[in-house]
Amino acid sequence: MARTVFNEDRCKGCGLCIEACPKKILAFAEHRLNHNGYQPVASLRPGECTGCAICARTCPDVVISVYREARSAAEATVQGADL
Amino acid sequence: MEEKLVFSRPEALVDMPTHYCPGCHHGIIHRLVAEVIDELKVRESTIGVASVGCSILAYDYFNLDMVGALHGRAPAVATGVKRSQPGSVVFTYQGDGDLAAIGTAEIIHAAGRGENITVLFINNAIYGMTGGQMAPTTLGGQRTQTSPAGRDPKLAGNPLRMSEIIAALSGPSYVTRTAVNKPARISQTRKAIKKAFELQLAGHGLGFVEVLSTCPTNWGLSPVEAGQWVDSHMIPYYPLGVFKEVEA
Repeated sequence: MARTVFNEDRCKGCGLCIEACPKKILAFAEHRLNHNGYQPVASLRPGECTGCAICARTCPDVVISVYREARSAAEATVQGADL
Repeated sequence: MEEKLVFSRPEALVDMPTHYCPGCHHGIIHRLVAEVIDELKVRESTIGVASVGCSILAYDYFNLDMVGALHGRAPAVATGVKRSQPGSVVFTYQGDGDLAAIGTAEIIHAAGRGENITVLFINNAIYGMTGGQMAPTTLGGQRTQTSPAGRDPKLAGNPLRMSEIIAALSGPSYVTRTAVNKPARISQTRKAIKKAFELQLAGHGLGFVEVLSTCPTNWGLSPVEAGQWVDSHMIPYYPLGVFKEVEA
């Protein structure tokens, strides 16, 4: 299991993550604007997320945080770019 | 379920919104620089030099000691910073209107001297902050505010390939051109930035990383189309690759 967390008010609606997602599960959120008036991105099918973090690495505004299931309890405390 | 945070904001990047337009690659490149600084554990000893252009506010976005330089003078300011603080890690972050136009003399001479600094050159082939005028890096035929019929090389000359020019000098330790319009290229750019910082830490002299970037607003394209334009128009004239590399 993996999940993405969108800091929606930071999204500028550029759509680069939608294009980059290998699973094509991201899209602009319908009927919703964020704090700055942009149409933010959201995950259509969160269950299909593999936690590859390509969306997050493509985002110019660090909107997306990515979590993945830890293989061990010790790993759960490790943070950051180890891909 | 125990879970692991695999991607989040690097410590060297301040948690605040940037003023950059939607889809601007500056945000990606800022984050890569911050990630490398965190990874090399040099955040406390790094001093960045911001240039004039859209990226002038980089001094607000990096969680580092920063200096704002006059237009084009970042490599000269960085020279002074590095020579007076030799234990520090010094980088400049400059656009093409800054480095390849008003600042050509400064970068040529800093590179010629082989100053032990890292230069990040962000090339989007246009003047972004001032509203999309023709830059020295604007491609032949490219429409801008000051070349509405497309740049005519007979009138306005041909665009400068800065990486090739810098690589011809004996001072630099590393000269490369990368892009960030695809996920794999983002990883390559991160590696290039890391290498340039590592060479500085090892005292090998100036590292020059040119990153091809977009300006969706002034190109008149959507962010996704702008990324494709890098492939279709920029890379044919500005080929990606390593132009110089010393043995570390």
